Amino acid sequence: MSQPDEASGDAVPEASGDALGASGDALAPQSAPDDSVLVRARGIRKTFGGNEVLRGVDLEVRRGEVVALIGPSGSGKTTVLRSLNGLETPDAGELEIVGGPRIDFAAQRPLPKAARYALRDRSAMVFQHHNLFPHMTVLQNVIEGPVQVRRMPRADATAHAEALLARVGLAEKRDAYPFELSGGQQQRVGIVRALALEPDLLLFDEPTSALDPELVGEVLRVIKELADEGWTMVIVTHELAFARQVADEVVFLDGGVIVERGAPATLFTAPREERTRRFLDRLLHPFE
Amino acid sequence: MNDGLQLFLDSLWPIVWGGLSGTIPLALASFVIGLVIALGVALARISKNRVLSGIARFYISVIRGTPLLVQLFVIFYGMPAVGVVLDPWPSAIIAFSLNVGGYAAEVIRAAILSVPKGQWEAGYTIGMSSGRTLRRIILPQAARVSVPPLSNTFISLVKDTSLASLILVTELFRVSEQIAAFSQEFMLLYLEAALVYWVFCLALSAGQNRIERRLDRYVAA
Repeated sequence: MSQPDEASGDAVPEASGDALGASGDALAPQSAPDDSVLVRARGIRKTFGGNEVLRGVDLEVRRGEVVALIGPSGSGKTTVLRSLNGLETPDAGELEIVGGPRIDFAAQRPLPKAARYALRDRSAMVFQHHNLFPHMTVLQNVIEGPVQVRRMPRADATAHAEALLARVGLAEKRDAYPFELSGGQQQRVGIVRALALEPDLLLFDEPTSALDPELVGEVLRVIKELADEGWTMVIVTHELAFARQVADEVVFLDGGVIVERGAPATLFTAPREERTRRFLDRLLHPFE
Repeated sequence: MNDGLQLFLDSLWPIVWGGLSGTIPLALASFVIGLVIALGVALARISKNRVLSGIARFYISVIRGTPLLVQLFVIFYGMPAVGVVLDPWPSAIIAFSLNVGGYAAEVIRAAILSVPKGQWEAGYTIGMSSGRTLRRIILPQAARVSVPPLSNTFISLVKDTSLASLILVTELFRVSEQIAAFSQEFMLLYLEAALVYWVFCLALSAGQNRIERRLDRYVAA
């Protein structure tokens, strides 16, 4: 790997860890981290059946940055995330993935398919319930997108998939079906399926919420490693300790608007807004 | 030797052959064509296009709300009145296909809807179109769910093809009837026909079990 190491060298105390095997560049993102903006969303609005879940959300994500979206359930954080992947279509607002699609949701209704495909060409999603394809083996799950959609030769896709699986410690599971895996393994395959698309932007929708507590760690370690390697990520999470450790910026949503955003150290220890304080209080001291 | 037993044995092969050359091909052809119709109707029924889903709903309603025998007679004895004269075999295949199409459409629709929404989303998110997601992700999973009810549809169809004897298709039951009329041994020949149908259906059920086991290989026991 030819990349200079200053960027990651000091920030990887746990990176050479257990969940990920030997080093290698299989997991490395395509573009080196820099300060240029990758995602620019402005004034995103969305109403579901009379219920306004997003009321003008602005979000900016720079390359190599990890943004954690936190907030109470119903705050709209998942809707923001899904909008970035074209799984939800906002009613208004603008979304640009630099070098890719530029969408004005109010002007482009219905949203052209090409715009939706363009969003998915740049980003990949990891779901709360992994949503692996149960009728396909682990390997088939991972190469489905590259082979069927990206038209990558099967041999290349397989080699790439095997390298990625090896990196998350699942090389020997390539021919297993999803039901034969533990929840943590399933979610790691879900992450590999997303990585196999070589996206510029990784999206995580509460990736550990559906897991048994003892399986959370192995998944978080993989995500941490990806963050350390410079992947650009937006993560919806309830794991505040994890967000604090991994995120460059934490965004707190409530009632469909961004209430506060900032570096995790600041936001978690000295929130400016009363709503943020109450939310953190509830999560950190649930019994008081 | 007993005359009854002799007649039974003499007529066995003609009846079985009536099944192999009439009943089974008729059922198979109608089932395959019917499934194609059913898939189209099911997709139309699920579609957000109101006209399309309305047409599908109407079709299913007519097929399920009228007797198969009447459908068969309309096509064979009725259509000539509007200038469409069809031979017994094409008439039978058309009638049975349309009938299967109506019943299996509801099975397939339910099977497609039983696949979790997250599977569609996972397909979309790796860049697939809805058509490709349907083909590669949804239908294989729907197939597993629909095998038991579709097997029942097929087994019913095998028995229902006996109605084709009434529009002069030479199949299992018509052969039995002809021998019965000739020998005047109605009880014996009709029971013999019933026995042959039963054996056919037992074989089909065994086949159904094998298919189900194969499709269950990716599901926890």
